[in-house]
Amino acid sequence: MITGGLREFVADTAEGEDFSLAAVRSELSTEFTVRQEPGAAGSGMHRRTWLDTFDWRLYKAGLTLRFEQARRGGLLVLSKADGTPQAEQPVTRWPRRPGLAEDLPPGPVRDRILVLTSPRALLPIVKATSTVSVNRLLNADGKTVARLVEDHVTVTAPTPTTAGGTTAELPPRLAVAEVRGYPSQARKAAGLLASVPGVSHASQSVFIAALTALGRHPADYTSGVDAEITATMPAPVAVARLLLRLLDTVELNVDGVLRDIDTEFLHDLRVAVRRTRSAIKLLGAVLPADLAEHFKVEFKWLGDVTTPVRDLDVHLLGFDALTEQLVAASPDDLEPLRAFLVRRRAREFRRLAAALRGPRFRAITDDWRKALLEIRDVDGPRRRRPTAAVLARAATGKAFRRVVAQGDAITSDSPPESLHDLRKRAKELRYLLEFFAPLHDQVAYRKVLSDLKQVQDCLGEFQDSEVQRHEIHDLADAMLAERAAPAATLLAMGEIAAQLALSQAEARAEFAARFARFAGPAGRERVRVLLAIQTQGRP
Amino acid sequence: MKIFATYNIKGGVGKTTAAVNLAYLSAADGCRTLLWDLDPQGAASFLFRIKPRVKGGGKALIRGTKTLDDAIKGTDFDHLDLLPADFTYRNMDLLLGGADKKPTRKLGQLLKPMAAEYDHVFLDCPPSISLVSENVMHAADVLLVPLIPTTLSVRTLDQLTEFVAGFNGRRPQVWAFFSMVDRRKKLHQEITRDLATERAGVAATPIPALSMIERMSVERAPVTAFAPRSVAARAYRTLWAEVQQDPKP
Repeated sequence: MITGGLREFVADTAEGEDFSLAAVRSELSTEFTVRQEPGAAGSGMHRRTWLDTFDWRLYKAGLTLRFEQARRGGLLVLSKADGTPQAEQPVTRWPRRPGLAEDLPPGPVRDRILVLTSPRALLPIVKATSTVSVNRLLNADGKTVARLVEDHVTVTAPTPTTAGGTTAELPPRLAVAEVRGYPSQARKAAGLLASVPGVSHASQSVFIAALTALGRHPADYTSGVDAEITATMPAPVAVARLLLRLLDTVELNVDGVLRDIDTEFLHDLRVAVRRTRSAIKLLGAVLPADLAEHFKVEFKWLGDVTTPVRDLDVHLLGFDALTEQLVAASPDDLEPLRAFLVRRRAREFRRLAAALRGPRFRAITDDWRKALLEIRDVDGPRRRRPTAAVLARAATGKAFRRVVAQGDAITSDSPPESLHDLRKRAKELRYLLEFFAPLHDQVAYRKVLSDLKQVQDCLGEFQDSEVQRHEIHDLADAMLAERAAPAATLLAMGEIAAQLALSQAEARAEFAARFARFAGPAGRERVRVLLAIQTQGRP
Repeated sequence: MKIFATYNIKGGVGKTTAAVNLAYLSAADGCRTLLWDLDPQGAASFLFRIKPRVKGGGKALIRGTKTLDDAIKGTDFDHLDLLPADFTYRNMDLLLGGADKKPTRKLGQLLKPMAAEYDHVFLDCPPSISLVSENVMHAADVLLVPLIPTTLSVRTLDQLTEFVAGFNGRRPQVWAFFSMVDRRKKLHQEITRDLATERAGVAATPIPALSMIERMSVERAPVTAFAPRSVAARAYRTLWAEVQQDPKP
């Protein structure tokens, strides 16, 4: 296997160049004696699997993680994108892949990736089988002064990809490995190699070359909305594109939800569903009325069937953080609650899986896609007006005014429901800003988004604390009914509820200042500028 | 890092062949190994097909204008590097003498930074009793002394053991082994058998006189590498296993 610190080349077999390994050896023979080195270190067959989270967290952090299979277990190697090693650790008992980083045995790789990847699982992205042969390059004394490493790589996608095949052979990779104390000889060999027709310096790592060969590219999944829309596009076409992009996200996450790989598949699916519902509500006027009406109901159903599992996931994900807040009670007191949540989640998960495998879900995705494709692809005068820019300005401006009106009406005496309602309106505004992000001036967009986020975080803290507090009460009732609640557990749950009430009060106290920043004169001016620039006809 | 040194006041007793083969076996075990060919004749460098030349010569190394690291060459074998000989090493005594306050400790100091990179270092000494050999004895953890099975060479071992015993502080462990043993000679048989059982610090494994060992200069490789199943290779392997342990008291 070719490792770092070498001069790497790739043989371009695709463009009909008359490349052959014999030509390489013949060129090198002008300066060196070329001898095969059977059994050399690194020669033979190697199996590697590259791992990352579904949303490419390692790649986005400039890291690659690969598992090098050995006879028993293997080695996990974490490196930078340029191949510089960062950490490695042997793994003898980590057979379950995909798996969470926290399931790894303690070691330097686990330490480096735990926070970065949590709570996402590590999935196999590409598998490669390398057949490596090594040739020694000898000087006139018969001394090895460099090595030529030939690597024939076959790559496979762990799951069939939509684009490209599931197996591909990469062009042969060649490398000149330096022998210590003989750098000039390695340079000379590399120079000869570069002069062979069809041989060029390797510009991509094996990992990236493998992804490309399989028709993929790194970071090809994001939960964000990045539909291709333009300002002059007919509004229905733009909305159809947005909704298709959201449908893609829903469908891409279904498999991960059903295999229960990690909690974030369901989270991303739910966010896409929520965005879809908001888009139908706020932009659905440009779609056929009966279509919007029908799918409004269907996506509400889909959102509702996913809620119980996600609520339980949230409890379980935050469980350790909750127990850390305990002052009087011991974390052990809450263990019966954890066990109860796990049991309940298993039950709810079966219901969710049945729904996602059922005919209603299949009908939603199939029919919705068909209808949206029809809108997207139908050209004609009736689709010309209004444009996406006009729709974006009208919808975003309206949503902003609604947030301002509702927020301004909130006083210290307002009931919690008024803040809950405002949170929903703020979320709708956020979604609209994100839907039409390509049409906005990016500087103005980021300013508005940043202020809005501050308000949303505050409202989120307020409402989540309230909801969780009620849920703690409900859970206590349910545990008592099932006789699964020791007194110590109930007391600890009481303490948690008290902590949540405190967090909620803090969030409420902060609300006025954050909202004033967002909706005050300066904030309004920022939104005005944002919408004005957009309507000045950005492409 | 453990430092082994092959030393004998006499030449032609199998120091270099032992250093080359034991260093190879150490590397074959997966230990990162460095062999320093200190003999200006450069026999060990020759056996690894490496030119006996160091840029700046021994002077640059001893005075520190060039680090050992800069002069090291990779051999053809995994985990095994060589610091080549240089003809200027013939003046090493003078260089060490002018080094600093502790002229007998200079080589040890030069080797210290190598600890991060190597598990085992082998020093192949020139035959002499000099400041170089004294440096080697102070630097080494294990002194490997090849002996021709004669009464005189046994006397030499006694002298060496006494000399080392006089060191203040750290002393190397002395491991003698019989080399170039001719099984046809009765005296060789008697001395190797008796001394190995009677005396502490004498390895039970003798290295026989074999033409296969002489072939190393033709093959230009350790016999343990080009004829791993030969009697000679087996003897070195057994010796290597033995000298990694503490000598019997």
